[in-house]
Amino acid sequence: MLKIEDLCIAFKNGSGSAQVVHGISMEINDGEIVGIVGESGSGKTVTALAASGLLKRGDVTTSGKILLDDVDLLECNREKLRKYQGNDIGIIFQEPMTSLNPLMRIGRQVEESLKLHTKLSKSERKERAISAMRSAELAQPEILYNKYPHQLSGGMRQRVMIAAAIISNPKLLIADEPTTALDVTIQAQILELLKKINQELGVSIMFISHDLSVIRRLCDRVVVMKKGRIVESGGTLEIFLNPREDYTKKLIACIPSRKKKRS
Amino acid sequence: MKKQKNYNLIIGAAITGIMILLIAMGMFYTPYEPNEIDAAAKLAPPSLSHFLGTDNMGRDIFSRILDGAGTTLFIAVCVVAVGAVLGVIMGALTGYYGGLLDEILMRVNDIIAAFPSVLLALVFIAILGSGKMNVIIALGILFIPGFARLTRGEFVRCKSQEYVKSAKLMGASGSRIMLVHILPNTFPVLFSSIAIGFNNAVLAEASMSYLGIGVQPPDASLGRMLSESQSYIFSAPWYALSTGITIALLILGFILLGEGLKKRSGGNA
Repeated sequence: MLKIEDLCIAFKNGSGSAQVVHGISMEINDGEIVGIVGESGSGKTVTALAASGLLKRGDVTTSGKILLDDVDLLECNREKLRKYQGNDIGIIFQEPMTSLNPLMRIGRQVEESLKLHTKLSKSERKERAISAMRSAELAQPEILYNKYPHQLSGGMRQRVMIAAAIISNPKLLIADEPTTALDVTIQAQILELLKKINQELGVSIMFISHDLSVIRRLCDRVVVMKKGRIVESGGTLEIFLNPREDYTKKLIACIPSRKKKRS
Repeated sequence: MKKQKNYNLIIGAAITGIMILLIAMGMFYTPYEPNEIDAAAKLAPPSLSHFLGTDNMGRDIFSRILDGAGTTLFIAVCVVAVGAVLGVIMGALTGYYGGLLDEILMRVNDIIAAFPSVLLALVFIAILGSGKMNVIIALGILFIPGFARLTRGEFVRCKSQEYVKSAKLMGASGSRIMLVHILPNTFPVLFSSIAIGFNNAVLAEASMSYLGIGVQPPDASLGRMLSESQSYIFSAPWYALSTGITIALLILGFILLGEGLKKRSGGNA
């Protein structure tokens, strides 16, 4: 469904340019959860932004292909891209504190993409928003609909973001470290929720994280990135049981475990 | 946590409120016609019939202050409206899109801001001619850079926030992002600067009328009355005092209101 072919991304800085992604290729099939893992600066977020079409700016040069159902997103102009954004692709950011507009009611933010892409009436939108919030396992969505972000906790805000991302039944959900800013119990709930959404709605998820233990719980396949290149990729189990590259082994060794003693 | 009372806001709002009420009343009712001449009572001291006395032509000062303050306030409102609307549009576009447009418009802004405002207003008046409308245009143009810079800064700050990114990702157009997603977030800063803008506008109008390039006679304006009263400052001190105090109160009210709003939005953020 989503196919990335030989993607290169470079940022212009001053006179020269810095290449941050060096020719990566990957594929996400229908209904699949693919984890992208790597350290800070490995190019995972930039790749996700490119896949969502947010990187269309003057100071960024891209080459290669990002095919969403055989349409190259890198070739699309702004207008055409807007049709896919929000409709076919949803995104969840890392920081639930800043990813909601502080001056907009929750309901309006959840239904924003319906407002932009459909001609539904106000009450129809509200109905859809409330059912999306219910899918995101938010309690009392009717009441939350009229609240402001500062009245919600971090976990609830992340659920609101998820509701906003799935309301238009996208084909692909990009989750950029959605659990990093949350504490562990909430993390587990959000992961469960993403898994449930993946199974019930059949949406593919591109899950970005630096935390292999999170990836192991959720993803069907893993892509390990380092310094803008793909180091290794394969099925989650396969990677965890049989890491081929040193870098992957090191990452796996980072997962805290009960058996190892602290030195 | 004990909430500190925002005295600036309370007092500022009270002064401004009373002044605006008086001015509003003056639009419908003044004790005398502002331009009515009573030749028998030139420079009469305050009395029961003339609350604040009369001026050199025997006109009732209280009525003229109400009328003149109305003119001054009207000009100030128009000036701030022109400056704020154009400034916000300019700041929003440059802040959101950046690039060459940003460079050019902001340098033009710098050029306007580099001149002392009354001097530049004089130049505009010299080109356009004097009169109420032209004062509004001249001062309005002078008020653009301040609002533009402020709005630009806020837009640059909000642009990189994730809720703007996610709105973009949902496929919102540039104009929708600017109007619906960013603009309301600039209001706290914008409102306090509009209040302070009012007081600058009142002051600028008063000084231009004082210099004789603003409102033309026989229309009353606080600046004009102050300049007229100067000649009689010893024989009729109440004339200069009452106009001067009116200007001072108007400005004080707006300053306190602006400071109070600033404090309030800063405290909540």
